[in-house]
Amino acid sequence: MSSETRQILTTDGIPLEVSLKKAERKNKIKAFLLVAPLLLFLLITYIFPIGDMLLRSVDDKMVTEMLPKTFKSMEDWDGNEMPPEEVFEAFYLDFQKLVEEKRDGKLSTQLNYTKNGFKSILKKLRRKAKNFEEGNYKEQIMAVHKRWADVEYWRAIKRRAPAFTSSKYLKGMDMYKNEEGKIVSVEEDRRIHRVLWLRTLEIAFFVTLLCFLMAYPIAHLLATLPMKYSNLLMICVLLPFWTSLLVRTASWMILLQQQGVVNDFFVMIGLVADDNRPEMMYNKTGTYVAMTQILLPFMVLPLYSVMKTISPSLMRAGKSLGGTPFVTFWKVYFPLTIPGIGAGCLLVFILAIGYYITPALVGGASGTLISNQIAFHMKSTLDWSFASAMGLMLLAGVLAIYWIYNKLVGIDNIKLG
Amino acid sequence: MLNNQQFVRFDKVDKSYDGKVLVVKDLNLDIAEGEFITMLGPSGSGKTTCLMMLAGFETPTNGEIYLDSNPISNIPPHKRGIGMVFQNYALFPHMTVYENLAFPLRVRKVSKDEIDKKVDKALSMVSLTGFENRMPGQLSGGQQQRVAVARALVFDPAVVLMDEPLGALDKNLRESMQYEIKHIHESIGVTVVYVTHDQGEALTMSNRIAVFNDGKVQQLSSPDKLYEEPVNSFVAEFIGENNTFGGQVTNFSKEKCKVKLDDGSEIFANPITVKSNGDKTTVSLRPERALINTKEKMDNNFKGKIEEVIYHGDHTRVRLNLLGNKEFILKVPNSSANMDIKLGNQINVSWNSHDARALDPK
Repeated sequence: MSSETRQILTTDGIPLEVSLKKAERKNKIKAFLLVAPLLLFLLITYIFPIGDMLLRSVDDKMVTEMLPKTFKSMEDWDGNEMPPEEVFEAFYLDFQKLVEEKRDGKLSTQLNYTKNGFKSILKKLRRKAKNFEEGNYKEQIMAVHKRWADVEYWRAIKRRAPAFTSSKYLKGMDMYKNEEGKIVSVEEDRRIHRVLWLRTLEIAFFVTLLCFLMAYPIAHLLATLPMKYSNLLMICVLLPFWTSLLVRTASWMILLQQQGVVNDFFVMIGLVADDNRPEMMYNKTGTYVAMTQILLPFMVLPLYSVMKTISPSLMRAGKSLGGTPFVTFWKVYFPLTIPGIGAGCLLVFILAIGYYITPALVGGASGTLISNQIAFHMKSTLDWSFASAMGLMLLAGVLAIYWIYNKLVGIDNIKLG
Repeated sequence: MLNNQQFVRFDKVDKSYDGKVLVVKDLNLDIAEGEFITMLGPSGSGKTTCLMMLAGFETPTNGEIYLDSNPISNIPPHKRGIGMVFQNYALFPHMTVYENLAFPLRVRKVSKDEIDKKVDKALSMVSLTGFENRMPGQLSGGQQQRVAVARALVFDPAVVLMDEPLGALDKNLRESMQYEIKHIHESIGVTVVYVTHDQGEALTMSNRIAVFNDGKVQQLSSPDKLYEEPVNSFVAEFIGENNTFGGQVTNFSKEKCKVKLDDGSEIFANPITVKSNGDKTTVSLRPERALINTKEKMDNNFKGKIEEVIYHGDHTRVRLNLLGNKEFILKVPNSSANMDIKLGNQINVSWNSHDARALDPK
């Protein structure tokens, strides 16, 4: 409201805006209270864990806290030559404190991550340090082992100074920071994660494509058949939803294994020889087949809900105007289903990209995905920060896809039902 | 008329959806070129089914439909070249008005310039010039309907079908659209087959009306004939207002017959479907044909008691109890001569036997 316009007052003389705000405040509070439990729930179960994951994936405080004096004294050291006496003294003091608290084992594990060879020289240092004399720690420490006189090892310690690190993310992409602080790829034969990322994208993409190709006709049938048939078909589509994921995957194992039903059938009709049964499980094929079947309903339902709203008279109109059935489908029907296609594809792709149980059971070595690797680090190596980092990379990937989708199709066009 | 009188021909067409019930029974109907014909009937009477068969979305179970003497049962809808306007407009919601109108031209591979010209012409015909780039969702119901009409006409089809196109519009808009469609028909001379259940719409717009009931054409004639001379009691009842008396023919002659009513009184009527004495009949009389306190000489004169008076502005509707019919309606023009219309009064009612049509019993 510009200053020139007169302020409108209510009959009681209160400015209208104030009165309106007052009247609506109660409703706003009510609305907020209704939303509050969900908000709290989301906060506790979603935002907080993800935040924690983010922290954990970059957290490198452990070493920072174990060697506070050392890192402080290293601030002025340029890392070109051997560090000065103060650094050695500080390191000695920090280390002695850790030995007293019996935490030196942890330090040696951590430093060994950064550079191999720390374990033994730290052990030796602990033994010898008992007899150290005061003063001139540099020489005393360097005398313990020749590696202590190697500047490389001191640089390795300095690299652990920051409280945060990106090393887990780099590791997730088969990269690391070398001694000069440059980011480089690991040797070709040790790259395992890139293959997994690519395979995850590839499988998610093709599963989405397969789901789309199969779901489109089904959804169309569902939307156009008379009620009594479409209900039955709908139950068939939903039936997998009512069965446990594990059971469904297990039944695919029964079907696809070499002595399984599908192979038996192929042999029976003479498609393949009995002694040459194809492997359809513990590889990509198994992952494709099982994941497509399991994710199919997620494609059918959004498509169906969109197709249901398309009036059949539109197709009729298209035909009466002279469009062949195909032209009418392509120019009229298909564009109207794009919101459903977008929703279905996004849903299936996002679910597929983080799929875990099915590839773990039927995927074998060549059919596992990145999430299996994440689970492996969470359960077996207990490198939770690495698992968190990869989890977040996955999340970032999903968000990126969402962003691209929004740019291409527009998120407002999405229709989930 | 020099036009082809059998431009569209339904020849003994039957249609059944389930193999048990015939929705359309032995339909024979000729539609002349350039004619505006309306299929009128209650819902479920088979009129829309006929339209769908003509458009090609339903196939006749038996019989054949001819378009310009060519059988079309085996021609798919998109090759028939018949324009259609749907009840819910069926505009393509993702296309602009221009693209909607260009669709039938594009699929016919018309050149870009020609498309522009034709779309322009069609839009100006429905007075929507300047709306090319609007989406259908941004238009009002009436505008959408006009776009739908323009789209059905833009590719110069030989026949345009309209399936209750005005059903979704409000009353005023519906009336102005009726005139608009009528004028478009008159100016371009296209053959129009129009389906509606609104008799007012049918009467104002059509050259001829086919009244459908129970899968059959009950009467096919011009609007005035349909109203003045219904051939059976369904048509009489369905079109306009109607007073009826049930009775039995007692004194039959070709020009005039006497009908003994259920309450014992006798009236004179015009025999239409009755053939001889003793036939059961329903006598139908239009409300405006019965006069009160008239000085004219008429052969039916009776006294009735006024049960209800409803003021309508230009006329007054009077409900009488007459000859045992408590629902007898009169329309009294609003003029100073009729002042003694008061509840409970007895008044004289007269009509000519010619206007009382003795039809089939209900």
